[in-house]
Amino acid sequence: MKATIRIMLKSGVLDPQGKAIEHALAALGFAGAGDVRQGKLITLELDETDRDRAAEMVREMCEKLLANTVIEDYEFEIGA
Amino acid sequence: MKSAIIEFPGINRENDMARALRLATGHAPEPVWHTGTQLPAGTDLVVIPGGFSYGDYLRCGAIAARSPIMEAVRAAAARGVKVLGVCNGFQILTEAGLLPGALMRNAGLRFVCETVRLRVENDSTFFTNRLKKGDVLPCPVAHHDGNYFADDETLKRLEGEGRVVFRYAKGSNPNGSMADIAGIMNEGGNVIGMMPHPEDRVEELHGGSECLPLFESLLEEVMA
Repeated sequence: MKATIRIMLKSGVLDPQGKAIEHALAALGFAGAGDVRQGKLITLELDETDRDRAAEMVREMCEKLLANTVIEDYEFEIGA
Repeated sequence: MKSAIIEFPGINRENDMARALRLATGHAPEPVWHTGTQLPAGTDLVVIPGGFSYGDYLRCGAIAARSPIMEAVRAAAARGVKVLGVCNGFQILTEAGLLPGALMRNAGLRFVCETVRLRVENDSTFFTNRLKKGDVLPCPVAHHDGNYFADDETLKRLEGEGRVVFRYAKGSNPNGSMADIAGIMNEGGNVIGMMPHPEDRVEELHGGSECLPLFESLLEEVMA
């Protein structure tokens, strides 16, 4: 099964890279684009075929390694 | 004193660290490769040096923090063995959960490589007992992710319990770090992490030896 994991900085955490992207967009003339945030997208293939067990495994991966929950939130989808 | 330097792929300050330790204490540290599961018997001090472990992939220090040797470091820290992490070593200690908070991308987004003014905030730790609170030392920094972040509650605890060991002196914060924090310690006072590189300011060749007393502090507690 395919897992798609999205990791973003928590909403209270300053995101200087997002800010720099926002400034660059404004400099290119894209008016009215605010609150730019950037993050990571991780995809992986699992041998597991049971959706619940796959979800549990990915959640554990996020907690143990993929996200730093001090500063980041994660969400994921399990696909076919 | 028996010290061990933990080496990960991509670390590059291990020799500077070994030289500083030898210079100050007269004892050569033992290198320990990250795949090991045990520290040398009788290790008094574990040092995690700076560099770019695993190319800073995923997050700085994230992968190193989960490597086999870190279980041994965690167990040693729990027994009260002293642990010092510098730069990438500090990032690894936060990623391993041995120190609170996180080191984020520098607020200015640039890699900073300069000499900062480092102020000693707590002079009763195993790495600062030869200095006085308020002492300001020139100290090199070289990092891209040194912007210390912790939630309000953690920050309040660090401040209230005197666990901020080093701060960037006024006007010298190179990375946007909260409360100008440059180094902290754990609750037990036996784990210290800092972003600047004191090992690169210990002899005249470095332009000065102002940071040598930090390493000489090890003689008091770790060797005793």
